[in-house]
Amino acid sequence: MGDQASFVDGNELAGAFRELFAVDVTTARGTCVSCGRSGEIAQTHVYHGPGLVARCAGCEAVLVRLVRGTGRAWLDLRGVTCLEFGLPEPV
Amino acid sequence: MARAAVLGRLTWRPAELVSVRAETSAARTLTFDVPDWPGHVAGQHVDVRLTAADGYTAQRSYSLASAAGGPVELTVQRVDGGEVSGYLVDEMAPGDRCEVRGPVGGYFTWDPEDPSPVLLVAGGSGLVPLMSMLRTRAEAGSRVPFRLIYSVRSPADALYTSELRRRAREDRGLDVEYAYTRVAPTGVRRPAGRIDAALLGAAGWPADFAPTCYVCGPTGFVESVADLLVGAGHAADRVRTERFG
Repeated sequence: MGDQASFVDGNELAGAFRELFAVDVTTARGTCVSCGRSGEIAQTHVYHGPGLVARCAGCEAVLVRLVRGTGRAWLDLRGVTCLEFGLPEPV
Repeated sequence: MARAAVLGRLTWRPAELVSVRAETSAARTLTFDVPDWPGHVAGQHVDVRLTAADGYTAQRSYSLASAAGGPVELTVQRVDGGEVSGYLVDEMAPGDRCEVRGPVGGYFTWDPEDPSPVLLVAGGSGLVPLMSMLRTRAEAGSRVPFRLIYSVRSPADALYTSELRRRAREDRGLDVEYAYTRVAPTGVRRPAGRIDAALLGAAGWPADFAPTCYVCGPTGFVESVADLLVGAGHAADRVRTERFG
């Protein structure tokens, strides 16, 4: 488990995710595989390591890991299931 | 859930510092020119990336201070040992360049169309995105009731002091309350101390008004205030938080 004093929150992931995806992932709702808690990615606890690690705000299980290298990125979503996005419908 | 527009991928854009304005001895506001800047909504942030001559890079996130649709204005407070904030506050000069990625973040944002009353609770430089909301409210001519509780160490550390004094007087439906944590000015009845349930009760909104609460500051501050708000009966999903470590 990470140092409790050192986390920020999932709002911080917005820029890194917008390099990969066309929508804002931080407003999507995800469910923790470990404890079943559901909430916006913005509310996760984010730790800076070799990459960005987002942990569940309820049980601190790892939800998402994102590592950016030169010319590529690695995204590990094993801790989160069923991301739900709000999308505008065509008028 | 926010129903955000489909935005397209985003990457780093060149930015040139245009002007600086001192806010306190440890903070200043930097205004950047960013070609093709798409505009932001209140509460969003940008990532700033600095690249040294040897190719070493460092990046941090900073909130936009200006009203929605306004210029790229960041108010940055120096963090002890902070390699990015130290440069932005003490060294970067107009004409110098960096890169920005943004605007980003759709969770900690305020929409002027939302009629719910708003409680803003700021700890230190956590005031910056909340200031964008206050400025957006004024520019939109909104009468949505706003209350700001600003926790800061001392009057000398407070950001935007004269503007907040003016807004509290002129912006209808805005109340501003300070919580000085170390040194309270003379004439202030509340002794120096952290935000507590009594202050949130007196200067905030009753939970049955169902306000949207925005809490921004250091992680410990945000955890403490969010717990107090939920303990006072505010629904957890009405308490939006942004922690900066």
